[in-house]
Amino acid sequence: MSITIKLTVNGTPRSLDVDDPEMPLLYALRDQLGLHGMHFGCGLAQCGACTVHYDGEALRSCVMPISAVAGANIVTLEGLGTAEKPHPVQQAFIDEQAAQCGYCINGMIMQAAAFLAQNKNPTEDQVRQALAQNLCKCGTHVRILRAVMRAAKQMS
Amino acid sequence: MLDAQLSRRAFLKTGGALVVTFTLAPRMGPAHGAAQPQKSVDPNEVASFLAIDDKGMVTLYSGKVELGTGAITALTQITAEELSVPFDRVTTVQGDTALTPNQGPTYASLSVQVGGVQIRRAAATARDTLLDLAARRLNVAKGDLAIRAGVVSAKTGGDGVSYAQLVGDRTLTVKANPSAPLKDPKDYTIVGTPVPRLDIPAKIFGTFSFVHDFKLPGMLHARMVHPAAVGAKLQSFSDAACRKIPGYVRAVRKGNFLAVVATNEWAAIRASTAISATWSAWAGLPDQARLFEYVRRSKAAKVEVIQSAGDTAAAMKGGGTILRATYDLAINTHGSIGPSCAVADFSDGRLTVWTPTQACHLLQPQLAVMLGMKPEQIRCIFVEGAGCYGRNGADDCSAEAALIAKELGRPVRLQWMREDEHGWDPKCPPTLLDFSARIDEQGRIAAWDSDLFLPEQPATRSGITLLACSLAGLPAMKFGDPIYNPQLGIPYILPNNRLTAHWLAETPFPPAWLRSPAAMQNTFAHESFLDEIAAVTRTDPFEIRIRHLTDRRGLELIERLRAFAKWEPRGSRARDSGALARGRGLSYVKYEAVRTYVGIVADVTVNRTTGKVKVDRMFVAHDCGQIINPDGLRNQIEGNVVQTVSRTLVEKLTFSRSAVTSLDWGSYPILTFPDVPEVAIDLIDRPNEVPWGAGEPTTSVVPSAIANAVFDATGARVRSVPFRPATVLAALAAAPRS
Repeated sequence: MSITIKLTVNGTPRSLDVDDPEMPLLYALRDQLGLHGMHFGCGLAQCGACTVHYDGEALRSCVMPISAVAGANIVTLEGLGTAEKPHPVQQAFIDEQAAQCGYCINGMIMQAAAFLAQNKNPTEDQVRQALAQNLCKCGTHVRILRAVMRAAKQMS
Repeated sequence: MLDAQLSRRAFLKTGGALVVTFTLAPRMGPAHGAAQPQKSVDPNEVASFLAIDDKGMVTLYSGKVELGTGAITALTQITAEELSVPFDRVTTVQGDTALTPNQGPTYASLSVQVGGVQIRRAAATARDTLLDLAARRLNVAKGDLAIRAGVVSAKTGGDGVSYAQLVGDRTLTVKANPSAPLKDPKDYTIVGTPVPRLDIPAKIFGTFSFVHDFKLPGMLHARMVHPAAVGAKLQSFSDAACRKIPGYVRAVRKGNFLAVVATNEWAAIRASTAISATWSAWAGLPDQARLFEYVRRSKAAKVEVIQSAGDTAAAMKGGGTILRATYDLAINTHGSIGPSCAVADFSDGRLTVWTPTQACHLLQPQLAVMLGMKPEQIRCIFVEGAGCYGRNGADDCSAEAALIAKELGRPVRLQWMREDEHGWDPKCPPTLLDFSARIDEQGRIAAWDSDLFLPEQPATRSGITLLACSLAGLPAMKFGDPIYNPQLGIPYILPNNRLTAHWLAETPFPPAWLRSPAAMQNTFAHESFLDEIAAVTRTDPFEIRIRHLTDRRGLELIERLRAFAKWEPRGSRARDSGALARGRGLSYVKYEAVRTYVGIVADVTVNRTTGKVKVDRMFVAHDCGQIINPDGLRNQIEGNVVQTVSRTLVEKLTFSRSAVTSLDWGSYPILTFPDVPEVAIDLIDRPNEVPWGAGEPTTSVVPSAIANAVFDATGARVRSVPFRPATVLAALAAAPRS
C-alpha cells in the first residue's frame, strides 16, 4: 500500500514510493536517495544533526513526515555546495578547520547558511542564538562561531 | 617515568621487535568482506606499519584511529616528516585487525605520545635503510646523502634515486632499530606546522562515510529493544503487531536480548516500538537523591595509598587550623551526538564487523569469547563514528550487531536510538573525594590528606562486560584494561601528603572511561582544596602553587599563564556587590604526574539572584612537549575546554530505582552556543622534547578553575559538580557574608 511522494531534492525532481506517510524525511533522503550529509542524532528535533533546507528554511528532517513535504524543494549538505563550488559557509568551515568528529557539522552548516541568507552582518550574539538549538559534544563551538562570522563577512 | 605511563593501559609495549616492511605489493585498503588479506600485523614478528609502492606512495598502517581528534593527520605528518616525503604522498589505513598492528586502543591521550613514537621509529628505520641502499647504489658515503621528496641524492648534486627504485621488486624486511637516527627537529618542514585536517573537507561537503553511512549489498536493518529496567528479565514478547509493518523480517531473542530486524531502517524503528515485551520488575539502583551516601557506604574491595610523603597521620596533629572539604562529581554519559552504529556480516563461519570502536584489537577477542569463535575467524574494521570521548556504546552496539548477524546469516546494520545511547552506554561513575589539611601557625601546609572513592578497576572486577553478553547470558571475556591511571595525586611538593584510594566493589552503572577518567575528578578536588587553603592563608593562588613547585617546566608554565591572563592579586580587585559578580580562578596540573602541563585561568560571572554561572573566558597555557600540529592541538584544547565547561555546569545523569531516566537532550542537557566561553590559548612548543598527549589533560583543570572563580566572585565554595543554579544558590546561602 505504498504511496508516491513527489519532491525536489538538490534541484532534481524525485518521486519516492513510501510504505508509511509518517516516515520522517530523513530516511527517504538517506536510505532511498543515498544521501548522507544529514545524520540521525536524536530523532526528536533536539540536536540538529539531521538538518536540511525546506524552501530555504532549516528543517529537522528526523521528525518531518515525508507526506508533509510533498512538493517541497529540499536542499541537503550535498546540494549546498561542492568541493569545486563550495558555499561560502562550507569554505569558511574549511578555512577555520571547524570540525572535530564532524557528525554535527551538517546541522551547523545548514542552520548557519539558512540564517545568513536572511541576516546580513549579524553580531556574534545573534549567531550564537541562531545556533542555540544545534548541539555539538566535541566542543567545536568556538571554531564554528569563527567560521560563521567569517562566512557572514563573505556574504555581506 | 615512561614506565608509569605505560603501565596505565595494557597494550603499550613499544620498540624492540617492530618490523618495517617495504613491499611493492598493491596497497591493501579496508576490503569489504570477510576475506583476510595476507598481511602480517604481529608487531613481534612481521608487523608492518609502512608500505611504499612503485610510484613512491607511502601507506601507513595505523592501529590508532581517528576519533575526531585529528590524530590521523598528526600521525601522517610524523610519517611523511620522518621519511622525508611530501605529506600528500602518505595515505593511512587505520584500525583493522587484518591489516594494522595492534597499537592498543585509541585512548588516554596516547595516539601521538605512544602510537606516534612507534610510527616515527618505524619510519626512521625505513629512512635509514633506504639511505644505506642509496649509498651503495650511488656509491656515495651515507653521510653525504640528502633526501628530498622521497628521492635520495648526493648533497653535492647529481642524479638521485627514488625510494621506489631503491626498493625495486624486493620485499625488504627490517627490524626496527630503536637507535635509528631521528631527524633533527630543526630540519622539520611538516611536523610542527598547521597542516589542515585530512578528513575535514569530506565532512563539510557531505561526502564523508561515517559507519552510519556504510552499506553492504543485501544488508538488513536492526534495532534493539533494550530492557525496561537495568536488571529486568524478558518474560515474554509478541511481534504480532510488527508483522503488519511492510519490510519487517523477524525478532531475534536470546535470553534478555531482544532485537527486531527489517529490510529497511524505518520499518525496523517502527517494529521496535510496535513489539510488545513483558519485562520483570527490577529496582536495584540506589536512590539518586542520596547517591553520595550510597557511594560512601559502598564496600571497598581494596584500600590503597597511591601517593604518600612524610607521615601525614602524625602531621595532622598539632597547632594551627584544620580544613576539611568534601567534593563530588555526578555520573556522566558520553553523549555522542551520533548514537552508536555497526554493520556485521557472518558468512562461511567468519564474522566481519565494521565498527566505530576505539579498540578493534580488543573487540575481536571479546567477540570471539562471546560467540564461541576463534579470534582469527573475526575481523574488526574501524569506520569512524561520532566522537566518543571514551568507551561509549560503540563496542556494545558492535557486539549486538555481531550477535544478530550470526543469528541471521545475513549482513545487518544496527543503529542505536538516542535512548539506547543515553541509557545504555557505560557511564563515567560518580566520584566522591574527602580532603583535609592542617595549616600551621606560620600558614604553611603541615599535612595534606585525601581520600578518593571510585569503582575498582575492571582488572580486579569482572572486566568491562559487553552488554550483549549480559543480556543474552553469553560468556564474556575478562580483560584487565584499567579505567583510570592509578598515577593520581598532586603535582606539588608537600612534607606530609597522602592520597588513599577506596576502590569500591559496586557502582550503579557499568563504569567506563570518559575523557580524563579519575584525573578530572581528582584534579577538581585538589585544585579546589588548594584554593581554599590559599584563601584561608590569604595567599595569592599563583603564589601558593609556585611555593610548592620545583618542576622547572611547571614553574615556567605558571609564569607564562600569569602573564597571558594578566592576573592581578585579589587584593587589588574589588568584589562586585550587585547581582552579577565577576571572578577569576586558577587551576594547574602536571597530567597524571608524569606528562603534559596545563594551567587555566577562568573568568566567570555569577548571577547571585538566579544562581547561574556563566564562564566568560578561559585562558589556557599548555605544554605537551613537541607540538606535531599546532592548529590540531588548539582544536583539541578548545574542545577539552568547552566539553568540560558543559560537564562542570550542566551535565548530570538522572535515574530511577530501575533505569536511566535522562534519555534525551532535554533530560540530559549540554552546553549550548549562548553559554560557550571564549578560549584563549598560549602554546609552549618544545620541539626537542618528546611529544606528549593533548586529548585529555586540559579537561582535568576546567572544573576547579571555574569553582575557584566562583569563590573569587562570591566567596561561595561550590564542591558538587555540576554547578547548576540550585547548587550555586545553596553555596551562596552557605557562604559567609563578605
